Amino acid sequence: MPFTSRFLPSALTMDAIRTHNLTRRFDGLTAVDRLTISVAQGELFGLVGSDGAGKTTTMRMLAGIMDPTDGEAWVLGRHSVRDSEAIKDDIGYMSQRFGLYPDLTVMENMHFYADIYGLPRRGRAEKIDRLLTFSNLTPFKNRLAGNLSGGMKQKLGLACALVHTPKVLFLDEPTNGVDPVSRRDFWRILYQLLKEGVTIFVTTAYLDEADRCNRVGLIHKGKLLACDTPVNLKQLMRGAILEIRTSDPRRTARLLRNRFSDATVGLFGDRVHLVTGDPGTGETAAVSLMSAEGIELLGIRQIEPSLEDVFVSVLSRQGGAQ
Amino acid sequence: MKYQRIKAVAKKEFLHVIRDPRSLMMGLAIPMLLLFLFGYALTLDVDRVPLMVWDQSNTPASRDFVSRFAGSRYFSLQETTDNYREIERAIDRRDTLIALIIPADFARRIETGHRAEVQAILDGSDSNTATIALGYADAVTRGYSQEVVLEHARRTGTDATIGQLDVRPRIWFNSDMISRNYIFPGLIAVIMMVITALLTSLTVAREWETGTMEQLISTPLTGPELITGKLVPYFTIGIIDLILSVLVGEFFFDIPLRGSLWLLFGMSLVFLVGALSLGMLISIVTKNQRMASQLAIVSTMLPAFLLSGFIFPIENMPLPIQGITHIITARYFVTILRGIYLKEVGIDVLAPEAGFLAVFGGVVITLAIRKFRKKIV
Repeated sequence: MPFTSRFLPSALTMDAIRTHNLTRRFDGLTAVDRLTISVAQGELFGLVGSDGAGKTTTMRMLAGIMDPTDGEAWVLGRHSVRDSEAIKDDIGYMSQRFGLYPDLTVMENMHFYADIYGLPRRGRAEKIDRLLTFSNLTPFKNRLAGNLSGGMKQKLGLACALVHTPKVLFLDEPTNGVDPVSRRDFWRILYQLLKEGVTIFVTTAYLDEADRCNRVGLIHKGKLLACDTPVNLKQLMRGAILEIRTSDPRRTARLLRNRFSDATVGLFGDRVHLVTGDPGTGETAAVSLMSAEGIELLGIRQIEPSLEDVFVSVLSRQGGAQ
Repeated sequence: MKYQRIKAVAKKEFLHVIRDPRSLMMGLAIPMLLLFLFGYALTLDVDRVPLMVWDQSNTPASRDFVSRFAGSRYFSLQETTDNYREIERAIDRRDTLIALIIPADFARRIETGHRAEVQAILDGSDSNTATIALGYADAVTRGYSQEVVLEHARRTGTDATIGQLDVRPRIWFNSDMISRNYIFPGLIAVIMMVITALLTSLTVAREWETGTMEQLISTPLTGPELITGKLVPYFTIGIIDLILSVLVGEFFFDIPLRGSLWLLFGMSLVFLVGALSLGMLISIVTKNQRMASQLAIVSTMLPAFLLSGFIFPIENMPLPIQGITHIITARYFVTILRGIYLKEVGIDVLAPEAGFLAVFGGVVITLAIRKFRKKIV
C-alpha cells in the first residue's frame, strides 16, 4: 500500500463506507444531518427510516451522484466528491425509481450496462447468463423491460448493477412495492452476494427487512437515531412488550392509549402492543380494563421486541427529549 | 473517451428512436411533409394576374392591345365590363387585381400619330404583387408602343431606332427566374435547423425525467461519451433527411443541383454538429422535455424563418436587425445551400460561412459538455 494512503481515514480501518458529519441541506430543509457511520467490508448494512427520513439523499451522496453540503464520505477509501468518478467503477447502484430503459429488452439493458462498465467480450455472455439465472430472468430475456412485473424489474435492476462485479452495492429501497415472494427472492440473492464478499448498503422502510441486516442504522428526519446490530438495537428497548389480542383491536388500542400514553401503544394488524416498564402490573391493568369495557380478551403475552417496536420506542424517547 | 461506451450509448439511442413511432415521425415524416407543403405553397412568382378590361374603344387596335395581355402567361383575362362600379366591386372581392380602361379615342389617336392614354387600376393592398403586376403591364405596354412607333416610322420612312437604348439582359444562375429554385435550398436549411434541434432537445431531458439518468450517472460513463453517443443517431437522421430532401428537390420540384453533392454533404455535416448540439445544450440546461422542446422551437424556428434570408432579404432589414442575423446559424446554411444549388460555388467562396458553422458547432458542443454534470442537485 502506498505511504500516503495510510493517512486516508478509511484506509486505517479498511471500512468499505465511512462518513463523517455528512450533511445535505436543500433550501431550508436539512435532509441529512451530520450523519457519521461506517460499514465494514463484506457487511450488509441497512439504513432504516420512514419516507423523507433522508435515506435516498444519503445513498446518492455515497454513490457520488450528489454533493454533500457539509461533511465527508469515503467509499473504498476514495473521497466521494474529489474522487467520485474513481468510485464508480467499483460500485453498483440501484436507484429507488426504476432506472432502466423500458423500451429496451432485458438482454439489451444488460448488454448496455456491460458496455458502459467496459466488460470485455470474453466471458461476457457467461456473466450475463449467470446473472439472469441468478435472478430467474432467463425466460424473460427478450421481453421489453417496461413489460416486466415490479418484482422482475427490481431483479433486472439488480442484475444490471451487478454486471461489472462491484465491490460495494448500493440499493435504494429495492423491495419497495414488490410482492412478498419476489421480496424473498431478492433477499436470497443478496445473501448469495454477501457470501461472495460484496458489501451491501441497503435502505428500506420495512422494519422487518432490517432484521435481515448485519447492522442497522435508524434514521429519522436526517438524523441517525441509533446504529447497531438488530439484536443490540432491541436491547435499547426499555421495558417489555405485551401483545394483546382482543375481539376489537381498534377500540382496545384507543382505550389503552387513554389509559397509558400514545407512544407506548401500537396497533399491528389485529394485535395491540403495549410497552410497559413492568410486565406484571401492565398485564393486570390491561386485563381489568378489557373486562370493565366488555371487550373479549383472546390472549395476552409478553413478546420479544421487533425492530419496529425499537424504532417507535427510540423515537418516542427522542420526542420526549425535545 | 472510450469507443465502447460511445457505441453503447449510440446503439441504445438508435433503439429508442426506432421503437418510438413518434420520434421517427418527427425525425423523418414531418420534415418531408414540411418540404412538400412549403415546396408547393411557397412561391414568390406572380403568375396569371387576374385582369379585367373595359374596352371603350372596341376597335381592332384596342382588341390587339388587349390580346397582348391575355396572351401573356403573366395575365389572365377574367372578364370585360362597361362601367367603373363593376371594376370596383371586382377589386373589392379580389376577383381581379388589375383593370385596364381603354378610352374611346384609343384607335383614332394611334392612327393619327398622337399619344394614346390607357388607365390601369391596381389593387395596392398587396403592394408586392401589385408592383410586380404593374411591372408586367408596363413591359407589355412598352412592347406594344414600340411596335406602334416602328410601324409609324415604316409608313413615314424614318428610322425610329436612332437614339434608342437596347438593354439585353442575361440572367445568371436561375435563368428562368423561378422563385422555387431560390426558395427550396433555403427551405432545406430551415427545416433541418428546426427538426434537428428539436430532436436532440428531448434526449437528455427525457432521461432526467424518467429517472434513467440517475442510474446512468452512477456509472463510469463520462459526459463527452454520453453526448457524443447520443448525437450519433440524430446525426444519421439528419443525413437521411438531407438525402430525402435532395431527392425530393430533384424528382418532384425539378430543382437543379448545379454544385458538388459532396460539398453539400460536407457542409451539412458541419452544420449538423452545431444544430444537434444546440438541441442537446438546451436539453442539458432545462432537464425538462416540455421546456426544452419549446425553447428549441423558439430559438430555431423564428430566427430560421425570419432572419436567415430564407424568404425576407436581409439587405432590406433595418441595420440593427441585420446585425442580429449574423449570429443566426441558419443564415449561413441558407447561403451555403443556395450557393451550391444555384451558383455552383466551391469552398473558396463559402469558406466564411463554413468557418462560422464550424466555430458555432465547436462552441455549442463544448458548452453542452461543460454544462452536463453527473450530479443530482
